[in-house]
Amino acid sequence: MSEIIDVQNVSKSYWRDSLEISVLHNISLKVNEGEFLCLMGPSGSGKTTLLNLIAGIDRPTKGKLIVAGTEIASLEESALAKWRSASVGFVFQFYNLIPVLTAFENVELPLLLTKLSKAERRKHVETTLEIVGLGDRIHHYPKQLSGGQEQRVAIARAIVTDPILLVADEPTGDLDRTSAEEILTLMERLNKEFKKTIMMVTHDPHAAQRARIIRHLDKGDLTEGVEYENIKANL
Amino acid sequence: MRILKLIYKNTLRHKLRSSLTILGIAIAVIAFGLLRTVVTAWYVGVEAAAADRMITRHSVSFIFPLPYSYKQKIEGISGVQEVSFANWFGGTYKDKNNFFARMAVGDNMLDVYPEYAVPKDQLDVYNKERNSCVVGKDIAEKYNFKLGDIITMDGDIYPGQWDFVVRGIYQPKYKTTDGTQMFFHWEYLNERMTKEMPGRANDVGWYIIKIKDQTQSATISEKVDALFKNSPAETKTETERAFNQGFLASTSAIITAMNVMSFMIIGIIMLVLGNTMIMASRERTREYAVFKTLGFSGFHMIGLILGESMFIACLGSFVGLALVFPIVASFEKFIPKTFFPVFYIEPITLILAVSAALFIGIAASIFPIQRVLNTKIVEGFRFVG
Repeated sequence: MSEIIDVQNVSKSYWRDSLEISVLHNISLKVNEGEFLCLMGPSGSGKTTLLNLIAGIDRPTKGKLIVAGTEIASLEESALAKWRSASVGFVFQFYNLIPVLTAFENVELPLLLTKLSKAERRKHVETTLEIVGLGDRIHHYPKQLSGGQEQRVAIARAIVTDPILLVADEPTGDLDRTSAEEILTLMERLNKEFKKTIMMVTHDPHAAQRARIIRHLDKGDLTEGVEYENIKANL
Repeated sequence: MRILKLIYKNTLRHKLRSSLTILGIAIAVIAFGLLRTVVTAWYVGVEAAAADRMITRHSVSFIFPLPYSYKQKIEGISGVQEVSFANWFGGTYKDKNNFFARMAVGDNMLDVYPEYAVPKDQLDVYNKERNSCVVGKDIAEKYNFKLGDIITMDGDIYPGQWDFVVRGIYQPKYKTTDGTQMFFHWEYLNERMTKEMPGRANDVGWYIIKIKDQTQSATISEKVDALFKNSPAETKTETERAFNQGFLASTSAIITAMNVMSFMIIGIIMLVLGNTMIMASRERTREYAVFKTLGFSGFHMIGLILGESMFIACLGSFVGLALVFPIVASFEKFIPKTFFPVFYIEPITLILAVSAALFIGIAASIFPIQRVLNTKIVEGFRFVG
């Protein structure tokens, strides 16, 4: 299986006034295609920062980032935006749907950047909403949906362009247990059935159980990977 | 299409805020249109001036008379086609508030001013009667003057009671032609002056010179003034436009203030719309981060913010323009016609109002666009509004 993510000696620092805050220290990580990896760690350990770097929405201070065959750290802003739209799907903790757009319109957003016709876009959106189980909610606005349904719309928006990589930052963090289970089941299905590579950040050990590999970040340092079976045995 | 729909939906997201902003822009457009129309009305005399007409007045001041004998001498200057003259009569018609311009004029006055269109049959009767007069359509309507009516005036500059018979009603030929004046025969005035105040007989207020070639106005002006140099009544000859502008010189400060005000209104409303757009973009910081994350470029962000700003500005200006016409029409009815004889919205005012609205739309979006473009995606997601 080929590597889809190759993080090589990546560090990330932020500047607050004249104070440099180092968030990630010389991180190296490889993820194979079709993997379901979970990043765990306490607050402030740098897991969201690492996810953002891999997703191309932030840039490393140093190091090399090869994702889906592209060295993304050196891309121009517009090239990086194009790369993101084609290669990565995003799922956020707070869904981040556009409140004035319906479920259909929210899912359609990434397709507006493609050359698909209106009819093709409609077909893609309807199919994707069917996959996430919201075929009957396409004309609902976010405020008319439950949290779990909103997150499913967000997942539909993330996968509608058929990206190779799906990144999820605390996708169940704002959901009740039942809704969280539904979302995790859906992500598991996307990984197994649709062969999506998923990288998920979570605090929740139960959510982490759904991943095949778990990596821990602690104060900006990455620990060795642990296979899902071992985790499950230790819980 | 979807982006346009999003712009539309974003505009309606805070209905009250957007409505108040649109209303603010509409009021600004109305105020701008009204102020510019007043300024236009003020300048209408200048705009109505003909390029082939010149005015000769006393060199010291317009209020000093010139001898009637100058007429023949001016007519002798080459390049002069026709010479007429007028005296400001003043007087009161019933009440001092009933103000309109009354002038004793030479018999050929209406030939020199073809924009005061009098029907030929009426003109024939007017020319035959010594105490006849011609009134403008607007004052005829206002005071219900009809042909054959006798208008009695109490003279002030020319004391006594004066009776005039209405023998003609002129129609203003152009939009800028004043329809609130009254003309009567100078002979009628002069006859009575000769009898009652001989010292003021044969006085003329100013001469109107129609020239053959308007490019010769400077030369003719010099020739006329040279003719009467070192005489007891030296003259000053200038184009009709310059002459009319001279009347406005005393009010130039007011006009300047009105012009400044009209542009200040634009500035204020720009701040209002700018504030609305800044608030809107601030509230949507996370959404813009989402758009960028999904691959939307800076141009898309500019389109969204500029589009919304322009949409609000255009809607406001559309409402304003739709209302400015009836408001100006009511204003025209409210103010005396004799104060602003010509009161209409010039096309340039509409163009300026629309341009100002478009400018406001663009200017108001600059700061929000700059902010959104400069905000990194991760900062956008961290933003708490």
